[in-house]
Amino acid sequence: MDRIPILKMGDFLLVSIQVDMHDRLALTLQDDLTSQIVRHRARGVLIDISALEMVDSFIGRMLGTIASMALLLDAETVVVGMQPSVAITLVELGLSLRGIRTALDVEKGMATLQAALLKREDAIDAAS
Amino acid sequence: MQVLKAESLQVRSAEDIVIVRQAVRRESIGLGFGLVDQTKFVTAASELARNTLDHGGGGSVQIEVLRNGIKSGIRLVFEDQGPGIANISLAMTDGYTSGNGMGLGLSGAKRLSHEFEIDSAPGKGTRIAIIRWK
Repeated sequence: MDRIPILKMGDFLLVSIQVDMHDRLALTLQDDLTSQIVRHRARGVLIDISALEMVDSFIGRMLGTIASMALLLDAETVVVGMQPSVAITLVELGLSLRGIRTALDVEKGMATLQAALLKREDAIDAAS
Repeated sequence: MQVLKAESLQVRSAEDIVIVRQAVRRESIGLGFGLVDQTKFVTAASELARNTLDHGGGGSVQIEVLRNGIKSGIRLVFEDQGPGIANISLAMTDGYTSGNGMGLGLSGAKRLSHEFEIDSAPGKGTRIAIIRWK
């Protein structure tokens, strides 16, 4: 069966979606990501969607679900590389992707995850 | 209005939705739609194909290339023999969902198209036609 590869980089997991996502592939990715977050004790997930030519409400919902599940497992999610035509379409479709952090590219996305991690560690230090 | 080309595809599985998206993308490019217009129409097709599969229990889509005077466009006609929709205006409301989706399928597809037509009744299945002109 097809699978979207998940790469580990330091504290973070990297996913690059390179294929036209069919529904089962999206659900497999959800399962794989959550188990890998736990296995690698990952603190962040970066999802690159620059190759996606379309995001419909199903894929949008999947991204939101991944972000929520990751957060429950103490990992932040950032979605990077959305094509401008996809962003325009999403707004007209009525999908605001609330609760999903985005960044323009992988580099900025990594910086966002690093910053979020530092902020949380500071908060933990302050509490103890 | 002239139909220059027509193709019918099944919508019976999640893979079929991908095939529909690819076919709509191909025709949109063929007609010279810009990238944003292509993306909007492919997204509308994806939403309606998923509705056909999830709510209609599967069905078909007819993809037609149209010419109307100097205008050209693409019409997609989704048909299923599912339970039908009792209250169409409610089903068209943003956020209304009968399943576990986000309720953007119908209203979103309408916003992403230039023309939208829906014909449905309980026990009679559903037929939805959308057009995007170039």
